[in-house]
Amino acid sequence: MNRSENMASAAQGRQIRTMDIVNRGLAGRYRAERRFKRFGLSAIILSLVFLAVLFISIFANGYTAFQQTFVQLDVFLDPLKIDKEDLGAANYQGLVQGSLAKTFPDVKNRADKRKLYGMVSSGASFDLRRFVQKNRHEIGNTIRIWVPADDDVDMLVKGHILRDVPEVERRMDDTQIAWVDHFQHQSRIKKEFNMTFFTGGDSREPELAGIWGAVWGSFYTLLVTLCLSFPIGVATAIYLEEFAPTNRWTDVVEVNINNLAAVPSIVFGLLGLAVFLNFFGLPRSAPLVGGLVLTLMTLPTIIIAGRASLKSVPPSIREAALGIGASRTQMVVHHVLPLAMPGMLTGTIIGMAQALGETAPLLMIGMVAFIVDIPGGFTDPATVLPVQIFLWADSPERAFLEKTSAAIMVLLLFLVIMNGLAVVLRKKFERRW
Amino acid sequence: MKKIVNSVFVLTLGAVIGLGTGIGFAGSSRDYISIVGSSTVYPFATVVAEKFGKTTSFKTPKIESTGSGGGHKLFGSGVGVQYPDITNSSRRIKKSELEKAMENGVTQIVEVKIGYDGIVIANSKQGPSFQLTRKDLFLALAKEVPAGDEPGKLQPNPYKTWKEVNLSLPDVKIEVLGPPPTSGTRDAFVELAMEGGGDEIPWIKALAKTDKKAYQALCQTIREDGAYIEAGENDNLIVQKLSANPAALGIFGFSYLDQNTDKIQGSLVDGVSPTFEAIADGAYPVSRPLYFYVKKAHVQTIPGMMEFLAEFTSEKAWGEEGYLTDKGLIPMPEAERKVFKENVVNLKPLSLGDL
Repeated sequence: MNRSENMASAAQGRQIRTMDIVNRGLAGRYRAERRFKRFGLSAIILSLVFLAVLFISIFANGYTAFQQTFVQLDVFLDPLKIDKEDLGAANYQGLVQGSLAKTFPDVKNRADKRKLYGMVSSGASFDLRRFVQKNRHEIGNTIRIWVPADDDVDMLVKGHILRDVPEVERRMDDTQIAWVDHFQHQSRIKKEFNMTFFTGGDSREPELAGIWGAVWGSFYTLLVTLCLSFPIGVATAIYLEEFAPTNRWTDVVEVNINNLAAVPSIVFGLLGLAVFLNFFGLPRSAPLVGGLVLTLMTLPTIIIAGRASLKSVPPSIREAALGIGASRTQMVVHHVLPLAMPGMLTGTIIGMAQALGETAPLLMIGMVAFIVDIPGGFTDPATVLPVQIFLWADSPERAFLEKTSAAIMVLLLFLVIMNGLAVVLRKKFERRW
Repeated sequence: MKKIVNSVFVLTLGAVIGLGTGIGFAGSSRDYISIVGSSTVYPFATVVAEKFGKTTSFKTPKIESTGSGGGHKLFGSGVGVQYPDITNSSRRIKKSELEKAMENGVTQIVEVKIGYDGIVIANSKQGPSFQLTRKDLFLALAKEVPAGDEPGKLQPNPYKTWKEVNLSLPDVKIEVLGPPPTSGTRDAFVELAMEGGGDEIPWIKALAKTDKKAYQALCQTIREDGAYIEAGENDNLIVQKLSANPAALGIFGFSYLDQNTDKIQGSLVDGVSPTFEAIADGAYPVSRPLYFYVKKAHVQTIPGMMEFLAEFTSEKAWGEEGYLTDKGLIPMPEAERKVFKENVVNLKPLSLGDL
């Protein structure tokens, strides 16, 4: 072979060798790529599994709370015991107890009588009073009324108290279970949708406890937060992005805002206690103060989101506006701000969703308290939904376990709705330049 | 543009005015009773508050669970609508706390005992049952224990299992879940069980008279090497942890044992089982009284206070058949109830000499 042929075949040989090397490594490369994909997929699946476990366990614990057991009683409205002029003052508790005593006449012992009277909720007397006040003509007759059952009976009917364990290990003894069975045989026990959970305020009796007070407290608090943090946050973002000169002072402000976003939320509570309660003298446990504290907490989120959305508006829009004669302020407000608004709204909704779930900063300003009355305004004492969950989780009664899980479900629903709204808004109004 | 500037200006002005009226709030009156204090008394105070709110036309009192120490601090800060009216306490007010309150202008404080609460040491029903003495508790949980029989000699707590402390106890690792130092329950446990246990060793009992500081340091310091785990104020969590770990013991109030008899069993202390009757007649040694303290100065200004006090001290609340006993409160003997009821009716103030 001559020299060129040598070179050609040598070159071919080198080419073949390179291809060989590539081919040999190709399988390994594909394997590595598949492994990488599998790691990513399994990470996602793992997190989804944890999420599913969380939701399923909360749902499994809480779905029974949406039903309440009711007991039907025959109550004789003794006209001697009810004064027609003063319906509210009668001893309705006594009437309820009388009805129970008539149903089980062989219960004589004092301790047994207490157990018998404990079968229905203490709210039964109030239900009876409401009935009599609405139906005065029934005084003197025997009426049938459905009253809420005591939380232990409720737990038994729902199956949370097991019947087949020895008596000493049970919350309800055999006689109490026999009474419940007697009522069930007479079809005097039913499970209905638990409206009290949604219309009642906090209570020490689980069967009368509801989240309505906490929902209103959350509403007032978030309203204050929104009204204060949105204008201030948007204005700050606009100033920092459009008008602020690039000097050291602006840098200091920027660094501090970014740091505030990372400060633990309880610090804001301490600030609220020192400044709003002690210095300004605002009322303790009021949604006004809660809203002020949460404003401080969500401002950094809104400012950072606002700045990001302002930055995303292309400079061509600004230059075009300036080019046709708009002033600086007109350019910002009429041209840039409307285009950046969807991003700002998304940031605000996410900030609000975070504020809805906060408990720690409200601890210091007194919103972690037992408050029964539904708040009527911004200065009435109130509590918020996450705090209500925290307080119920600490109660010894077994029935509060399901109520806590149900309240968690309601809170999660609100949060999912808010975050879902943010995603929908973003998808709908986002403009890709 | 002008519209936006104007509206921002108006908004901030409104906010400032709002804060300004807030300063005015300091002088306005409050129409609900504000209560702070112990997390142990909280379950009982809340029941009374709810009944009071439902049966009278007054607003339901607002009750915060701040802990006994935190409650006394808030309570003793001064007289005025921005300060709480009543503080609950799972231990008697300390002399230093009363002095501080008097310095701040809170001179007339009425002390009311509401009943007793037992502190139980419980474990899961799956685990072995314990029959402890207070001496066992002291030896198992103190940071420093006597080294041998020689009086005065101490060593860091070497015991790892209950059997090492007392041969009759099960051979399991010492693992106790208890309240943190901020809790009144811990103060009471340390005083009743640990000091009570220490007193069973003669030289330690004598130390109480000769060197009180050393005695308290010896009896009240709990070991920090992992055998005693501070499980926070959430007693429900402790009950759950006990179900998961059958060898661990938990320290909490009687009401939690009462509500969970199907899951946990109370240990005997000095041969007495933690039952309602045993705690009521004083046989069970680890029981402490529960109190609340009222500012006499607020009784006139806050509507409903006398009526609330009347409800709390009524027989149907704190009596032997009262609704508070359903929640786990151990009632006082009738004579004591009479005394405190009279104190409330007359609003008899507490003096430093009573402590």
